[in-house]
Order: sequence, then structure tokens, then C-alpha cells
Amino acid sequence: MSKVERWLKHNTFHHSLFADINSLVKEKKRQEKTISLCIPTLNEEKTIGKEIVVFRSALIERYPLIDEIAIIDSGSIDKTMEVAHAFGADVYQSKDILPHLGEKKGKGENLWKAIYQLKGDIIVYIDADIKNIHPRFVYGLVGPLIYHKEIKYVKAFYDRPLSDAGTIQPSGGGRVTEILVRPLFSLFFPELTAIVQPLSGEYAVRREVLEAIPFPVGYGVETSHIIDVHTLFGLNAFAQTDLERRVHRNQDTQRLGKMSFGILKVFWARMIKLGLVSQDAVLTEKLRQFRVMEQKYELLEFDITEEERPPMIDLPEYEKRISQ
Amino acid sequence: MDKIFKQAKKHEKRIREYRNIVLADLVMIGEIPAPTFSERYKKELVSERFTASNVDDCVSDEMGNVFGLIKGEEEAKTVLLIAHLDTVFPQKIDHTVSIRQNMVTGVGLADNSLGVTVLTTLPLILERLSLKFRTNILLMASSHSLGRGNLEGIQYFLKNPFMPIDYAICVEGHRLGRLSYSSIGMLQGEIRYSLPEEYDWTKFGAESAIVNINDVINKILEIPQPKRPRSTIVLNAIESGAAFSIVPTQATLQLEVRSESATMVQSLERKIRNVCVEVAASSGGEVKFYEIARRAPGGISFLHPLVHVAQATMDALEIPSRLSPSTSELAACIAHQIPAITIGMTFAKKYNEVNEQVMIEPLSQGIAQLITIISAIDEGYCDDE
Repeated sequence: MSKVERWLKHNTFHHSLFADINSLVKEKKRQEKTISLCIPTLNEEKTIGKEIVVFRSALIERYPLIDEIAIIDSGSIDKTMEVAHAFGADVYQSKDILPHLGEKKGKGENLWKAIYQLKGDIIVYIDADIKNIHPRFVYGLVGPLIYHKEIKYVKAFYDRPLSDAGTIQPSGGGRVTEILVRPLFSLFFPELTAIVQPLSGEYAVRREVLEAIPFPVGYGVETSHIIDVHTLFGLNAFAQTDLERRVHRNQDTQRLGKMSFGILKVFWARMIKLGLVSQDAVLTEKLRQFRVMEQKYELLEFDITEEERPPMIDLPEYEKRISQ
Repeated sequence: MDKIFKQAKKHEKRIREYRNIVLADLVMIGEIPAPTFSERYKKELVSERFTASNVDDCVSDEMGNVFGLIKGEEEAKTVLLIAHLDTVFPQKIDHTVSIRQNMVTGVGLADNSLGVTVLTTLPLILERLSLKFRTNILLMASSHSLGRGNLEGIQYFLKNPFMPIDYAICVEGHRLGRLSYSSIGMLQGEIRYSLPEEYDWTKFGAESAIVNINDVINKILEIPQPKRPRSTIVLNAIESGAAFSIVPTQATLQLEVRSESATMVQSLERKIRNVCVEVAASSGGEVKFYEIARRAPGGISFLHPLVHVAQATMDALEIPSRLSPSTSELAACIAHQIPAITIGMTFAKKYNEVNEQVMIEPLSQGIAQLITIISAIDEGYCDDE
């Protein structure tokens, strides 16, 4: 059996293995661990209420598995913050955390600042746009970390239907993964192809891992995590959990193009850092896309800068905070 | 009984603390489509939620009903709480539930994911309120209830009960203050009009199925609907035609006859069947009437202590009550001589529309009302008529 096959056999789980939340709570208490749930948000008033309600009810009020639920918001102009607060989440504006370091736009910024703001030994990140929310989205990811000391980073994978207005399509999703990320991993990091959905926005990670890796603030944050954790800790630090079905918003092709561009830039930077390509190559920040407007082709140019936050452990403010 | 009513307000206040627990189950239950005869996935989830609420026993039967049992300390009596699993909405409709500050939006929430949710969360709420009863509480999420289901789930259980039932309370999401203790006679039927393949379109007066089903409708509307006993014919749905250039040869009309008298239901049914024969003869098409569901009228007396207790509970909680008949599971219970009522849990806007909204705030009143009625049954206040 190859290393990847062994990993697939031993480090791939199904959420139902961890459905006995009471036992998870007992084991967590025995290990004296704390768990924080972070939901990065930007204008998510439609779905945030039920995510908070479902997680608080099942994982705090019924069983005390989670110690805090927080949303880190990028400046929503709808009622995301009010709704989340009304149902019992701690709410933070990303710009108010480490304000002297400025504000960068992107989900990765919120994830990075969560490490500073939240207290848990384990942080679970869950996207705010899940339509069929269920407690398994959290206990399925936390379970492997509680029962397996050697596992450090647990990624979700799904059968992911896309939801369009009024109808549910039976299958799909993960287009950027299959067209871009897995082919790249196949070429340069073959072991990582065993991670079914490297771009999924749901994962649970030990603090000591999160504080040791840099965070691109844009589209590339998940890809960079996978490569960096693999480089630092190896394949066996990963696990993945089948969370079955996830219904989410469909993304248009142009947005997927931007996402792919951001991921490619982050990937390229990792390749240079690891000496897999020449350092001479300089990449543009511009993504070019086309659209047809009234019988004319129009060229669109977008600046996609993949800024990066350093490992949290390198910040004196963080060192001071955790030593308190 | 005053002591129980005084507790009602306290319960209401405390139940508010468990709002998230109720809403969380509502989200999960409401997001699973369950059109009649396709309730399997919802049934599985309800079974999981009963178990998560620490019921003493959780079982399913061959019909797809799922039960949770809260054992009473003496097990002398059993009160059955029923909510139907199925909804009128098909699988393909987006069942996403959304929670805002004061309301929950989704499909089929008030009828009746909320009723089911109250059952799945009740064991935990009773535990948190430290309430224990001498009476057994049997929670039943019933299958195959609506339309063509024709109350199959509850009928099956009542014919094959695994424990005797003394009282039944049907729990509906909408509307708080509703009190049903009688069932009206009801017949649901479908009229199918079809033109034969060999139909002669050159014949004088040849018309499409739409025109002919319209003829059926006009003749049904001419049928007198008596005020005593109160009776009515409701036209519910019509379906025919496909596109331009295609002459429709099929048409379907769904209708419902309701009356306080079983004889009047039969009389109106006869007249509707005659209309079918008449239109078939005059149009050259085939007109058939199919019975979908039927209920016999009946009920417990307005003076029955269960009705009195329910009304007094609503008064104690300052819920304006509204008496109305029902055609749901109540009818089946009453037909089996089980004293039964139907009550609602909150208020809904856009009831039975795809963007239905149920109000969060009144829910604690609705659940307190249910617990208070159970307490009164447990204390024996409903025992003697």
C-alpha cells in the first residue's frame, strides 16, 4: 500500500463517526482543550442567523463542545452583525482587531485575525453561505483532532450540489479544484491530490499550526495552507471528513476566473519559495477577462493582489496576548 | 387547576431561554423536503432528533410514522401528541430556511415542520423545566397525511396501536389560539376530463379539454350549497394545456366538498358525479371523478373538559382563542373515540406560500400552552366529561 493509499485509509473519516457529541465533550474536557468556532462574514444576513442558532443550540446549549462562536466581519452593510449578535454569537469587525496593522480586504484577513482574537486551542472555520446547516459541519471536523493527537488540520469534503434560485441541481461544485488545483498538485505535490476538496471553506486546525503559517488574505488562503502545512508537518498532519451534502450559492464563471488567478499567484509564490521554479519569473497582478456588450467584445482588467499576512507567532502583540 | 395556570406564565418565560434549541431543529427539519409519500429523509432526521432529545424510546413503524416516548412515572395514562411529517411542497422547490431577528422564512414551516419541531424539542424542554408527569407522552410524527395520503399514517397507528391512547393533541405550526375539537365532513376529489384519440374536431361545437372542464366548473358552481348544515364546495387546482398550436385533450380539476353533515357531503358528491356524466354526454369526452380523501364529521362536545382546559389555558396565557373545525389527524382520533384537540404554536404570514414566515416571539406562548394542557391532563382535569 502506498503512502497516499495508507493516508486515505487511515485519515479519511465520515462525520457519523463523531455523532456521539457527548463522548467528544468528555474527551475534550479530559484533554483540557478549548474550541473556537469562527465564521468569516460579509453581507450574510440571509444565512448567518440559522448557522449561529444551529451551532449554539447543538454544540453549546445541548452539549458544551464549543467554547465560543464568533463572526469576524469584513464590513457588512446588511444586518449580518445584528442578526448574529441577536442569536448569541460574539461579533467582531475585522478592522478593529490589530487595528494598527491596517485593514486588508479578503476572507484570509478575517481567518488570520481570528487567531489573535479567539481563545480556542482548536479553531474551526465555517463559511457563512451554507444553506443546509447541521452540527455535523463542526463535530465532523473537530472529531479527528480530539481522538487523534497526530492530526493537526482537518479538511471537509462533500457531495456539493449548487443551489440556483428555486431549484436544486443534483451534483457539481469544485470546478476550480478539478480544473486548476488538482492538476497543479498532480504536477508538483502528488501526495496532496488525495485531499478531496482542498478549497473547501470548512476546516478545523490546531492553534500551533495556525500561528506558524502565513495567511494570504485573498483567494489563495486555502491553497497556501495545504502547501505550507504539508511542507512543515507532512501529509499525516492532515485528515479529511466526509460531511455529505453541502448546499451553497453558485458562483459565476467570471468570479471563478478571479479565484483561479489568485490561487495561481499564491501557488507560484510557494513554488518559488520551495525552489521548484526560477525566482526570475515575475507575474502580473492583472487578470484579463472578456465580455460581450451590444455586439462588441469588451476587455475587462482586474487587479488581483494576493497580499499575505505573516505567521501570527512572529507578531510581538500575539506573543504578549498568549503569554497573558 | 389555578396552580397549573399560574405555572403557565412561568413556563412561557423560561421556554424563551430555549428558543435556539427550537429554532435549530426547525431549520434542520424544515430544510428537508417531504411531499406526501416521500417523507423518508425527514423521518430519519426526526428519529435522530428524538434520540438527541433523550426520549425513553424511539421507534418507527411500517407506514413511516416515527414515535418518541417520554415515559410517565406511573404510566397510567397516555397522551398522544401528533404532527404530520409531510408538506404540500414538491421536492424540487428550494427548501432553504432563513432566520431573521423575529421570524423564520421557508417552505412548509407552519404546516407543519414547526409542529414536528415542537415534538422533537419537547423532551429537552420538559427536562430543562424539571417537569415530570405521571402520564406517558407519546410523540408521533405521522406520515402520509395530506391529500392522497388520506391520513394513512395516523389511521395505521390507530388500527395497530402499540399502547392505548387516552387523549390526543394535534400540534400545528399555525395559528396560535386555534382550538379545534370537531372535524367536519370532507371529500377531496379529482375530475379528469379527456378527449378520445378519435375525437372528431370537425364536429359542430367541438371544443378543447379546457373549454369542457370549464363547462364542468360552471355546472358545479350552479349546485346549491346549503347554509344549514354549513356546506361548501371549494375548487382547489386546475391543470391543462401545454403551449400554442397544441389543442389540449386532457384537463384535471381538484376540488373539495366540506359539510357539517356526512349526508350532505354524499348529496353534493352525487350532484358532482352527475355533472361529470352530463358533460361527458354533451361533449363526447370522458369525464371521471376520483375520490382522493374522505373524512366523516364528528367531534367531542364543546363541554368536554379537554376543550375547557384548552380554552382556560389560552385565557391564562392571554392567547385569544378561535374555535374552528379541522380535517386533519384530529378527525381520525375522534373517529376512534379518542378525545382530541388541535392547537397552533405561533402565527404565520404568507401561510402555505413558498416564502412563508413564522413568528419567533409567540412560540414560547404556544409551547407553554401545550405543556399546560398536558399538565392538566396529568392532574386528571380532563378525565370526566
